[in-house]
Amino acid sequence: MDLKLKIWRQKNAAAKGKIVDYDISAISSDMSFLEMLDVLNRKLIEKGDEPVSFDHDCREGICGSCSLQINGRPHGPDGGTTTCQLHMRKFKDGDSIVIEPFRAKAFPIVKDLIIDRSAFDRVQHAGAFISVNTSGNTQDANATPINKGNADHAFDAASCIGCGACVAACKNASAMLFVSAKVSQYALLPQGQVEREMRVTDMVSQMDEEGFGACTNTGACEAECPKGISITNIARMNREFIGSNLKS
Amino acid sequence: MSAMSFISSSIGKKVAMSLSAFFLISFLLLHVAINLLSVVSAEMYNEASHFMGTNPVIQFVMQPILIFGVLFHFTMGFVLEFQNKSARPIKYKMKNEKGNSSWLSRNMIYSGLVILSFLGLHFYDFWIPEIKYKYIEFQAPDEHRYFGELVHKFEDPMRVGFYAISFILLMMHLLHGFQSAFQSLGVNNKFTPGIKKMAWVFSVTIPLAFVFIALFHHLKH
Repeated sequence: MDLKLKIWRQKNAAAKGKIVDYDISAISSDMSFLEMLDVLNRKLIEKGDEPVSFDHDCREGICGSCSLQINGRPHGPDGGTTTCQLHMRKFKDGDSIVIEPFRAKAFPIVKDLIIDRSAFDRVQHAGAFISVNTSGNTQDANATPINKGNADHAFDAASCIGCGACVAACKNASAMLFVSAKVSQYALLPQGQVEREMRVTDMVSQMDEEGFGACTNTGACEAECPKGISITNIARMNREFIGSNLKS
Repeated sequence: MSAMSFISSSIGKKVAMSLSAFFLISFLLLHVAINLLSVVSAEMYNEASHFMGTNPVIQFVMQPILIFGVLFHFTMGFVLEFQNKSARPIKYKMKNEKGNSSWLSRNMIYSGLVILSFLGLHFYDFWIPEIKYKYIEFQAPDEHRYFGELVHKFEDPMRVGFYAISFILLMMHLLHGFQSAFQSLGVNNKFTPGIKKMAWVFSVTIPLAFVFIALFHHLKH
């Protein structure tokens, strides 16, 4: 298929970016979206032009690196998939495709389509951990009985890959789905109880400090999340935050 | 965490918005109940309005709380909107939000602004003349004047039109805001589908009842 690509190009964090048009032909419908970009880059390199920079790693929907805004939607038109899992069969011959980086003040652009998502790392460092005695008498985690419902909900929350699609989709660039998934996965398990109250206040505080917006419950994050993280996690985080503040 | 740190956090602001919203929603229910009396009986409406207008607890305790609640909800709404807009300084060249969220949920600030302008007119129409009547001109209480004043206001078709548009916008605001307030307070459980249905029924019927009252008096008198 032949396609018209409109791609955000930006030399570096300080430079002014713009949309640049590229025509690309002979794209197989069996290619993944990233393979299509690989083909474009090969052609650009052959012409002596600067290839388009974009993030990718595992290319199997696990690492959360490949985060692109495709035709106005995070990870493109297909539900429940990351950009690397998106196939060109989802597009038609002659289509025009707009490709932009995820946009948020907390995710500054490094180059072209690559953004700096270390704000997520700092939010995790603030509280997404548990205290474990590693002096040689560590208790086997499986020795602690866990309610099946809580275990399932914690597992669902832990399936968040931190790609940032929730921030990209939210009209407020809010990171609450991501942060609430991390808060939930620990709050629901016995191992997470020691730092439970401190965790939610510290993570929310760091989230606000990073410059993410506030949640207005549009549900866009849930709809665009490639891992199907539910906004019930945001309600849980709100409960945890209110409860933690009432106790302190 | 202090109360100030709580209210300055993103979740604290949403909690404050939700609590003030629930307060305003409960006031709306009381307001429509009294206004509906005007459709049933002029006497009953006059009696209820006279009670609301002269009871010292309502006048000097509830009324200031209500005004504070209205101002707080709008101010906090603007603060959140400003904070949220600044979280994405560079906009997308292409947006496709229809597939992931409702128009109502994305445009609460605009429905809120229309409601705010309506409240300005409402204060100009009813509240300011009431304050003038009672506390500036010190006129003698007249428990039979309220129904006539109400009917007089709805004689102007332009006012009735703006009134109707404002309440349609209020309906749109409530359709997202009411059920959303529960989520902000951490309520998302097995009762959520029922809460959403109840919020939908409230959000549609209450504003329509206000529109019905305005049209009723406009057409009848």
